[in-house]
Parts: sequence; C-alpha cells; structure tokens
Amino acid sequence: MKLQDKLSAVALVVMAAISSTNVPMASADEGLIAKGKEISFDRKKGNCLTCHQIAGGTLTGNIGPPLIAMKARFPDKAKLRADIWDMTKRSPHTMMPPFGKYGVLTESEIDAITEFVHSL
Amino acid sequence: MKKMILMVLAAGLSLGTSPAFATTQAEDIAALKAYFAKKWPDVKGEDMANGAYALSEDKRINWESMRDFPPFEDQLAIGEEIWNTPFKNGNTWASCFGDDPSRVRNRFPHWNVRDKKVETLEGNIIQCQKANDEKPFKTKKGKIAYFSAWLANQANGQTINVVVPQDDPDAVAAYEAGRQFFYAKRGQLNLSCADCHVYQAGLFARGNLLSPVRGHTTHFPVWRGKWARSGGDGFGTLHRRYGGCNKQVRAKPFKAHGKEYSNLEYFHASMSNGMTINAPDYRE
Repeated sequence: MKLQDKLSAVALVVMAAISSTNVPMASADEGLIAKGKEISFDRKKGNCLTCHQIAGGTLTGNIGPPLIAMKARFPDKAKLRADIWDMTKRSPHTMMPPFGKYGVLTESEIDAITEFVHSL
Repeated sequence: MKKMILMVLAAGLSLGTSPAFATTQAEDIAALKAYFAKKWPDVKGEDMANGAYALSEDKRINWESMRDFPPFEDQLAIGEEIWNTPFKNGNTWASCFGDDPSRVRNRFPHWNVRDKKVETLEGNIIQCQKANDEKPFKTKKGKIAYFSAWLANQANGQTINVVVPQDDPDAVAAYEAGRQFFYAKRGQLNLSCADCHVYQAGLFARGNLLSPVRGHTTHFPVWRGKWARSGGDGFGTLHRRYGGCNKQVRAKPFKAHGKEYSNLEYFHASMSNGMTINAPDYRE
C-alpha cells in the first residue's frame, strides 16, 4: 500500500524529530487514553482494529491506514475528532462508519477515542 | 478510472436513482470483469470464484485441506433423498422442476413474466411445497439448503447465464433495484455490499479477507465454518448470507426470498455470468 508506506515514512521522520529535539510530550489524561483504547479495541464499540493497525492490537485489518504519527497528521485534535464523528463529511465514500453522526458511540466515548488515537 | 466510475455510480444510486447513471447488465459485468482483472492480473479465470482462497496462499492451504474431506456429504445425501421422495398427494418434485435434477439450479434466478417478479430456486422450492399442500421448509438453513445444495451439485460445470430481458421494463427495473441495493450505503455502520466486495475486496477486515463479488454465487449454498460453530450444521442459503451481512452492518435484514433479496440475487448472480457452477463449497 502506497499510503501506508508514506505514513510509515512520516512516522519515522516524526519520531526522529521528537527524539532529537527532546520536546516534552504534552500532558494528556492517561485515564481517558486508557478508556479510549478499551473502546477502540472493543468489537461492539469502536472496533477500530477491523480496519486499522494499532500498536498493541493483534490480527489487525488493513482497509484503513495504520494509526501512527497521529499528532503529525492531526496537529489539530478537533479535526481528528470530527473525522471519527463523521468521516463521510470529508470523504463521502469512506468505509469508516460515522461513529457520532449515526450514534454508534456516545460523545464521551468519542472524546476518549480521540485522546487515545491522538496519543498514537 | 473504472473505480472512479463505479464510485460515481454508487453515489448516484445512494442518492436515489438517476436514470442518467443506469447501465445494462452486460455493461455492469464487463466493468466488473475489467476492474478485477486490473486489480489482480494474476488471478486467472475461474479462480476468482474461490474468493479469498485465490488471493491468500495461507487461506488456500486450509481451504484445500478442508475440501479433501468435505464436511457436507451427509447433507447432500439428504438432499438427494428429498428429490426422490414423492409428496403425500403423489406428485413429485419433477412436477415443479422437470425430470432432470441437473437442469434445475441453472434456471434460477429468472424473471417470471406472468407474475412480474424474480424467482429464486429456494423461493420456488417453497412455492412447490405449498402448491402440493406440503409443509414448507424453513427458508435459510436445514433441509432447504441441503436440497438446494444437492441440486446445485447436480449442475456443476454448467455456465451461469442469468438473463435480464432488456425489452421488459419490469425485469430491467427489478435488476436495477438489485443493483441499487448492492451499491447503496446501509445500516448504522453505513456500509454497502460494494464497499467490501468491490472497492476493498482483497483487503483484510481483521483476519477476514474480503472476497470479490464476481464468483460469489457460483458455490452457494455454502458450508460456513462460522455457521457450523454456531450450532447445527454449516449449510446456509444465499439469502441467509444476505441477512447475516445486513446484520453485521447493523441494518434490519429483509425476509428471505422476499422481493428485496430476490432482486438483489438477480443482480448479484448476474455478476457471475460466464462462470461455472461449483457447489457446494466450504467457506470460513
């Protein structure tokens, strides 16, 4: 997958940048991230592993891009949340379910997932 | 480019049909053939019908070992027994389907001019039982699947050729409704049949490799490992699979052999035109 190659490249660049400049990571709510991970991996909730490769997930699908280097890809966390809430707005034919728009997840569940995915 | 055309097509359909987007059965088949040939130049001819097993060597090895000792032989024997057992009124299945059981499967699905509807094999099995005052089979699994699988097995090697009479607007409309069903986004998860079985075919949803639509109907009824593990045996009809797919995208399933799924089958089976019947088969 070309896209995946590109993303891997982005990830490497970002990791290199972070390690060389020693920028302290923004403090995040660890509890919320943990909750977000749980919801993401839950087949009856986010079920993100069906399509996305995520660190810590096994037998992951490859329909969507791997979730890596998310801070580099989404400097604005609100844009990431908007995509999770309704990806069809930006990409009408996407496979990604509109988790917020169709009520697959609650607003607070989407908040937690956003924190988790943004931490990847 | 083909993909884009199909995407545009899907968009038109999901917004409620625009006649400008209507294509004929022949055009749809040609477009899909070209699309998959470009996607997988190494998958040759009939191997497409083997779906995931044409695309993954690991899955193919497991599948081939499964086929060495097919799990469905006993049920096929029951299917044959059903064919040979006359109704209580003395009539036989031949009164509905003709004398040659190898000439049944490949006549379906077809357009019934008089009743203006798509007829499916399983739908007509039930209709035949009702016409002979027999208690009809259940619609999705059990005896109907054994019987249908045996009839399909008798027809192995025949070339699928679903006919949509282009001079009959009602038949064309039924086909078109089936095509719309296939390309329309559906359910709380907002997925179309085409999302998995055209655009993303060949990719993995967790451990499941998404199979191409072309070749789907060549091997139904299927014996699914998943169904066998859920209790009973693994046999199920095409409409059982439709219902399962709809549930998975969190849409309410339609009635087996009702209008919606029969129209869908009319389109869906058409997409395997030119391929040979190879039923039943094992699927994950």
